[in-house]
Amino acid sequence: MTDVGYLVAGYGITFAVLASYAAWIVSKKRALARELPPEERDSRWP
Amino acid sequence: MRSGIGTRILGTAAVASLALLAVMALVITPQDVNQLDAVRFLYIHVPLATLMYVAFGVTAIASALYLWPRYRARKWDLLAGSSAEIGVVVTGLVLVTGSIWGRTTWGVYWTWDARLTTTAVLFVLFLGYLALRRVGGDVDARAKRNAIAALAATIDLPIVHKSVEWWRTLHQKSSILDEETFLHPHIHGSMYWTVMLGIGAFLLLFSWLLVNRYRLAKLEDRVEDEGLERAIAERRAEADAMTGAP
Repeated sequence: MTDVGYLVAGYGITFAVLASYAAWIVSKKRALARELPPEERDSRWP
Repeated sequence: MRSGIGTRILGTAAVASLALLAVMALVITPQDVNQLDAVRFLYIHVPLATLMYVAFGVTAIASALYLWPRYRARKWDLLAGSSAEIGVVVTGLVLVTGSIWGRTTWGVYWTWDARLTTTAVLFVLFLGYLALRRVGGDVDARAKRNAIAALAATIDLPIVHKSVEWWRTLHQKSSILDEETFLHPHIHGSMYWTVMLGIGAFLLLFSWLLVNRYRLAKLEDRVEDEGLERAIAERRAEADAMTGAP
């Protein structure tokens, strides 16, 4: 395989950034939900 | 707060399809005659670019709906902001993956080519939009300001797409997203279907991210309201204590 380093960097950065962003959304959502009373936590789509 | 069953299925489908994409892209598909293994950037770069159009397209539609008095609702502003944030993350990745791919094929990480430049401008415009969303003010005035800024920034979206046709560029013409190549693609077999799988996988991920980011935006909105109400109640209590009111 050619350009292995570039491919690892490109795929690695892409999946790492997307996974970190998804994890940030989930953790912040849980943290904020804890600040609200139970009846206010419902934030269904849309 | 727990996610619903639909969101969990969406998330699982996104992860499974992205895992399949990684196997198809890095193991199953063949080398290109000219680019050799650097062609494997196609399977993430093109889906990410497609996602960029979708994310900012959703932002534009939601912003237009907010400005339309008949449909005006807070949810459109929150949806526009959520989609724009995802769009900025994705556009950053489009620029990074494109830059690395450019290094392997063109020999440079960056050149002031029309496609690259207009995409970088789009990234900066929507970064500015996200910064503008943090500026204070009345809720409705803020939302209107956000919607106008989003629609103004979206003008760059068709320019990005058409840049490879309007100017002589180092960047190749559209691989899939135009009338001619969509019906008669320039790439064939497992390469074509892997790009399609990539677009599907990233769209599933986008849907999951958008649902969850929107829910987070609603929570942020409620926490802000709660904080405001608490502050008002505290000030009233202080005023009552000073005047001796019951």
